[in-house]
Amino acid sequence: MIDPKAAAHGNLASSRIDLQLIANRVEPGTKVLDIGCGDGALLDLLVSDRQVDARGLELSQKGVNACVTRGLSVVQGNADTDLSYYPDNGFDTVILSQTLQATQKPLEVLSEMARIGERLIVSIPNFGHWRVRLDLLLNGRMPITGSLAASWYETANIHLCTLRDFTDLVDQIGLRVESCITLSNGRASEIAGKPSARHNLLAQQGVFVLSR
Amino acid sequence: MNRPVSKAQTKNDLGETVLFKGAALKLDCGTALEDIEIAFRTYGQLNAEKTNAILICHALTMDQHAASENPLSGKPGWWIDLIGAGKIIDTDKYFVICSNVIGGCAGSTGPQSLKPDGSGPYGTDFPVLTIGDMVRAQTLLIDHFGIDSLFCVLGGSMGGMQALEWAATHPERVFSAVPIAASTRHSSQNIAFHEVGRQAIIADPHFLGGRYYETDERPRKGLGVARMAAHITYLSETTLQQKFGRNLQDREAVSYGFDADFQIESYLRHQGMTFVERFDANSYLYITRAMDYFDLAADHGGNLAAAFEGTKTRFCVMSFTSDWLFPTSESVQTVRALNAAGANVSFVEIESDKGHDAFLLDEPEMHATLDGFLKSAAQARGLTASGSAKEAKDD
Repeated sequence: MIDPKAAAHGNLASSRIDLQLIANRVEPGTKVLDIGCGDGALLDLLVSDRQVDARGLELSQKGVNACVTRGLSVVQGNADTDLSYYPDNGFDTVILSQTLQATQKPLEVLSEMARIGERLIVSIPNFGHWRVRLDLLLNGRMPITGSLAASWYETANIHLCTLRDFTDLVDQIGLRVESCITLSNGRASEIAGKPSARHNLLAQQGVFVLSR
Repeated sequence: MNRPVSKAQTKNDLGETVLFKGAALKLDCGTALEDIEIAFRTYGQLNAEKTNAILICHALTMDQHAASENPLSGKPGWWIDLIGAGKIIDTDKYFVICSNVIGGCAGSTGPQSLKPDGSGPYGTDFPVLTIGDMVRAQTLLIDHFGIDSLFCVLGGSMGGMQALEWAATHPERVFSAVPIAASTRHSSQNIAFHEVGRQAIIADPHFLGGRYYETDERPRKGLGVARMAAHITYLSETTLQQKFGRNLQDREAVSYGFDADFQIESYLRHQGMTFVERFDANSYLYITRAMDYFDLAADHGGNLAAAFEGTKTRFCVMSFTSDWLFPTSESVQTVRALNAAGANVSFVEIESDKGHDAFLLDEPEMHATLDGFLKSAAQARGLTASGSAKEAKDD
């Protein structure tokens, strides 16, 4: 797994709208773990806006150094292998933002997150978006979109899914979808519970709030 | 023991020392050391609240002269890049303490010290020490300053071991800890290298079972070889190759003899020769032994996380990519245990080709990381630019 943030977002990294959406859904003053925290943009926001006790896990050395240099508590590590070292219920909220698709074992990562924290916030790019479907249908090639900008042979995103695929996995693990925020062309809309087939067609991203 | 302890602080050419007369320091080996003397240096001012103290713990062959010229060698302080007014460890803001470990040879009680019964220096009658004993001695010094809680305990290599020991055994006294290029236990390979060094010293005919103080000789050859072997472990293969390669020393061709044909041989011999001028062979035995015995997990029923259970200390762990003496995998073990204990921990692996010694060198990534960590810890501690707990206007 190489730096998933860079591969997944490219020039979108600095203007990620899902960060504020996620931050708004974190209770102030709680204990939060951000897995795949990149350069610490979300952690910074959580500390300044929500006064949380924020910790991060990041694969890339560059990202970790950037985080620690700005005073955040972040360790270098891998979501696929290092979550098992975190204690049960160690956190109120565990966040995985735009990282699940780059993990080796998404099911295990989600299960570990549910063990570590009571609440999970997971944001994913939606491979069920109509443009993606159309691209494959019309061109017969693996889709390349704004948020999934790399070619199939060099992308770090090895486990892409649709919003529906994701909620199936959530069911399988036995987690509950509290709410889902769908993002399309920068516009967010919140739905209680699972997204519909229409959302699955129209959303470019989904931000899920899950509980045990 | 409840005997009265008198403290005498004196200033001399080597810095300052404080003698804890009447104090008996209980040691892990079961005995106690009487009349502990600790040599130290301080930089900056302790604030009124006594909340701005940073304890710097030195590595195996270092001393208390972290940020000021070593009066014996004339060399600048070994962490002068980091410690000073306006520097990362800002002496305008923090009160920095660095003390010579007990067992050392720069003024603190060690094998060269005289036994309390007046029968000459300890030599190898000195009790075997542990990292825990060194830290226990440091607590005397910290108590002497009236400091309840240190803002930070910071050190590289053996200094990092002490920082971890401090955090594990005195969590309430350590607000933050920075172990750099360190480990919670000395590895088999590291014990092996230390054993080579010790055997070289012991095999020197001038060692005399550690009683060489009574003669004019010193086990120079043995200590020099010990230093040569150890010095290799402080560098990386890349550094050696780049610096020396197979270059010959002041000659056009190999001599078909055992002279120092290669530059690397000449360099190591020089390292060995200069080391014996500034270090005591018995101290080398005792301090390497203390490192070998270090195993925080073993002290906590084999569970490293238990050593940090419930800790409030903020940790910043750092390692270097080319360090094969205290490799990143060792720091990762520490970090995993700290995570398991729910500790507030940052961990950065610094890209460097300088090997273990990188922690003493100008490594901008390490300095930036330390700077960020200390600043955020200082903010959490309520310390301002002037080091006091009052509000700063331009922080």
